[in-house]
Amino acid sequence: MLDYLWLVPALPFLGFLILVLAEGKLSEIPAGIVGAGSIGMAFVVASLAGMEFLANDMSSYTQELWTWMAVGSFKAGFTLYLDGVSLVMMFIITGIGFLIHVYATGYMHDDPSFARFFSYMNLFVCAMLFLVLGDNLLLLFLGWEGVGLCSYLLIGFWYTDPYNGYCARKAFVMTRVGDASMALGLFLIFSNVGTLNIQEAMLLAQNQWAVGGGIATAVTLLLLGGAVGKSAQLPLQTWLPDAMAGPTPISALIHAATMVTAGVYLIARTHVLYLLAPEVQYLVGVVGAITLLMAGFTALTQNDIKKVLAFSTVSQIGYMFLALGVGAWSSAIFHLMTHAFFKALLFLTAGSIILAMHHEQNIFKMGGLRKDLPWSHWLFLIGTVALVALPFTSGFFSKEEILAAALANHDGGYVLWLFGVAGAFMTALYSFRLYFLVFWGDKTHDGHEVMGLHLQGPLVLLAVLALLGGYIHIPVDGVFPHAEHDAHPSLFYQGIMIGLPMIGILVAYLVYVKKIVNTCALSTKGFSAKLHRFWFTQWGMDWLYEKLFVNSYVVLARLNKSDLIDAIYNGISKFCMSLHGLVVETQTGQLRWYNLTLAAAVLLVISIGVLL
Amino acid sequence: MILVWLMLILFIGGLAAWLAESRGAEHPRSVALVAIFLDLFIVILMIFAPEIVGIKSPLLSIENLQGDWLVLYQSEWINRFGVKFLFGLDGLSLLLVALTVVLGLVALGAAWGEIKERSGFFYFNLLWTLAGVIGVFSALDLFLFFFFWEVMLIPMYFIIAIWGHENKQYAAMKFFIFTQVSGLLMLLSMLVLVFYHFESTGILTFNYFELIGTVLPENVGIWVMLGFFVAFATKLPVVPFHNWLPDAHSQAPTAGSVILAGILLKTGAYGLLRFAVPLFPNESMEFAPIAMALGAISILYTAKVAFAQNDLKRLIAYTSVSHMGFVVLGIYAWNAQAVQGAVMTMLAHGFSAAALFMLAGGLQHRIHTRNMDEMGGFWGVVPRMSFMALFFTVAAVGMPGLGNFVGEFLVLLGGFKANVTVTVFAAMGLIVAAVYSLIVLQKVFHGENKNNHIMHDLTYMEFLCFALMMVGLIWMGLYPQPMLDMAEPTLRSLGVTFQ
Repeated sequence: MLDYLWLVPALPFLGFLILVLAEGKLSEIPAGIVGAGSIGMAFVVASLAGMEFLANDMSSYTQELWTWMAVGSFKAGFTLYLDGVSLVMMFIITGIGFLIHVYATGYMHDDPSFARFFSYMNLFVCAMLFLVLGDNLLLLFLGWEGVGLCSYLLIGFWYTDPYNGYCARKAFVMTRVGDASMALGLFLIFSNVGTLNIQEAMLLAQNQWAVGGGIATAVTLLLLGGAVGKSAQLPLQTWLPDAMAGPTPISALIHAATMVTAGVYLIARTHVLYLLAPEVQYLVGVVGAITLLMAGFTALTQNDIKKVLAFSTVSQIGYMFLALGVGAWSSAIFHLMTHAFFKALLFLTAGSIILAMHHEQNIFKMGGLRKDLPWSHWLFLIGTVALVALPFTSGFFSKEEILAAALANHDGGYVLWLFGVAGAFMTALYSFRLYFLVFWGDKTHDGHEVMGLHLQGPLVLLAVLALLGGYIHIPVDGVFPHAEHDAHPSLFYQGIMIGLPMIGILVAYLVYVKKIVNTCALSTKGFSAKLHRFWFTQWGMDWLYEKLFVNSYVVLARLNKSDLIDAIYNGISKFCMSLHGLVVETQTGQLRWYNLTLAAAVLLVISIGVLL
Repeated sequence: MILVWLMLILFIGGLAAWLAESRGAEHPRSVALVAIFLDLFIVILMIFAPEIVGIKSPLLSIENLQGDWLVLYQSEWINRFGVKFLFGLDGLSLLLVALTVVLGLVALGAAWGEIKERSGFFYFNLLWTLAGVIGVFSALDLFLFFFFWEVMLIPMYFIIAIWGHENKQYAAMKFFIFTQVSGLLMLLSMLVLVFYHFESTGILTFNYFELIGTVLPENVGIWVMLGFFVAFATKLPVVPFHNWLPDAHSQAPTAGSVILAGILLKTGAYGLLRFAVPLFPNESMEFAPIAMALGAISILYTAKVAFAQNDLKRLIAYTSVSHMGFVVLGIYAWNAQAVQGAVMTMLAHGFSAAALFMLAGGLQHRIHTRNMDEMGGFWGVVPRMSFMALFFTVAAVGMPGLGNFVGEFLVLLGGFKANVTVTVFAAMGLIVAAVYSLIVLQKVFHGENKNNHIMHDLTYMEFLCFALMMVGLIWMGLYPQPMLDMAEPTLRSLGVTFQ
């Protein structure tokens, strides 16, 4: 089945084509069958291909489709490259993608643009598959930009509301900042090693570049720029919360499970380059560590259920970056996978809650939903405990691996570890704050669970994965160098890593159920209100960017609306016109005047002749 | 001779269209359609069945074609001054001629339902412009080249001045003066070049092949080169010679905009590639950093001006200048990737800009305004048109998989090798392009339909035109190799190094 690997991205593309050529006029059932079915089939092909790949114990498989462009020494093809990492990614994208598509057929029920929604979704899956299957950085970049486009289209899916359009543009432009940096990274790689083929480039770089040298540092920094844009890490993280304006299945698929983890994939994919630039690699970890904690604080202050989850995503991706920073490459991919399980579950369940609450997203207007929404309650609880990483859930295994690796890393890993465990406490605190506020306490609004196999079916499967996914062994050993994290931390550290989330839950319980602190007063009065405001606005960064970049660009553009350079040409034409006016003045039509000027001119000419 | 027929068909077709008006206002467009279809047929034969029309195959492997001309045609013209009737077609010229004919068809589609008055004269001008452009792309005698340079200008002037919008006289005059003044500089430079060639060899000729390699005194060469550069840079256009373009575009009828943006601008780029750099290689390399910097400035400066516009056509016009910045950058980086990128950008931008102008023109025709502040929410009203707008905007933003990306990526890839600083600035163009493009989608197609505009969706004719350009852009985006292969022998013979 490996020969049919090309079908994996082709099937979603075919689905996209069918939906587009039907001009969005397919009714719900055929559109749903095409939309979800194409991903399902892609998953089947991916599974068969993956099984063959694993059964034969292959380390990599390359399938050349056609030459994209070959100019001089530059050559890039539509060539697929499958190894352990892309295999895992492919499973996540098609598998989780399929579940989310099925869920979306229920969630988007009765939307007038049902077919358009699925066409964008299918295109997204296709682009994401190219991103992870591309054997060269250009094909990866095609997927990279493609998912960005689909993200833009889907965030602004309900286009009549200008706010959605604003969020969509913000997401696209901010990630484009990263993309430009990444593109420069590609140029630099090409001008130094003469190829964009990932494996070749890494091999050549290893032989040619000095460890810690200028080129390696510059290349990895530029790629990191792309990664932080796509993965919503510091300093380009502010677009992700706004991306929640899109329909909830999008938030699950694009802004939790797949696209936003592309940055992690990129760095893991090019890990050889990062090993050549240890400082930048450590910077990756620092970026992750700071982001995970900052986002944790911000999540604590949000009151929109989806935004809490969005900041939690930023924070969890921070963990993946931290893992990359300490060289725990496989743990980063492992956490990427488990996060895809439980965060997709959380988002989709949140979607069910939002449907049940008639599109209410404010958690302070929820409360006491345990009884009304039993399905959602249990599913959400499962997702939450996995996110908090309680023992034996999927999140526990991956996060524990990351923290252990940080601890074992002697080059400043301890500091990162401290951030990590502090973040684990914050995660427990904000997650259970969300859980308690929504499902416990007094009932304020009636909710009515929306039921259906296509809604609950995927959720149950995701819940199983979120609980048990930690026992999956990902086949990436051949791809990454063996890390030192096999050393297990001592019991003391293990106790901290397990105990802190527990304490976080306890604190959340005391504050939000027992109400030992008046949180309402805290967030509205005095110094704590300022702090609340500061955290709420993402540590003021969103505000700062708005003032610094957006407003100044708009003002400067407005100032020069009529194009200053045009004024030069208009000046020339005005000057000519005034000369013209002067000459016209001489044409008076009076004989006297003509005689006078004639005589004067003759006199002038003669006198010039005489004088010279 | 087949090459001359390409032009003759259009010249004769133009006259016939003019005469046909007396039989009814509908007749000229049919005549024009026949003429352009004949040309299209010839071009298709030239590419896919070259033996039938008696030219060499443009798709043969590169080794067989090292700098060869597919077809050359020569006859006497003004012997006294050594001016000859010399035409030639190589891969690059053929690509651009094909673009011209296809976009000619698109322009016809745009004019089909829009031009009602004096239609005979309109189609005469349309066909003569196209003929002039094909002449520019194939003339190999400098005087002949200049002749066609003027032939394409004057009909275009009439198209703007007669069938334009509220401020058409001003725009047409501005277009004319800019082009004429810069054309004059080119003519002077040409004469100086010919004079120095005569001085050193005693042969009076305007023949491109003979003039190439003429060595000019150092202080003269740079000025002569600049004369050519300014003429081509005005046409392209490059900041600060771009100011005729926004006015010309916003006032021109849709078909005029399609031809202007799609084809006429490319004659500037072609001039740089064929004449300015190869005739003065040393001077050009000296000048390259400045030219590349002008390219980067064009990209960023006009992107910002575009962002501030609320006249839809003006905005698209400024974005055209921005995209042409990539072409200058690529040409003056003068390595394989960059120049191929410039060629691809020329082709892809031909389609994407033509399509966007056609959309803007279509909107203006329907709701009689170009002001974006009065638009909004059209997605719900004209879904097909909106989809096309989305597609071509996305193409213009440089989405991989569509033609514009291939061009811009290769330009930057090659540019980076030639000049890192300038390329880094130019790469910022990727960001600002997103800023101005997305605001258009938002203002016109998303949001709410505030003024309750009601209009009909794309006509059959319009839809066909858009579909044609769409297929073209997807092809260029996913499989540009045939075009790259066609252009490569030309570029090699012009002196671009392919390792």
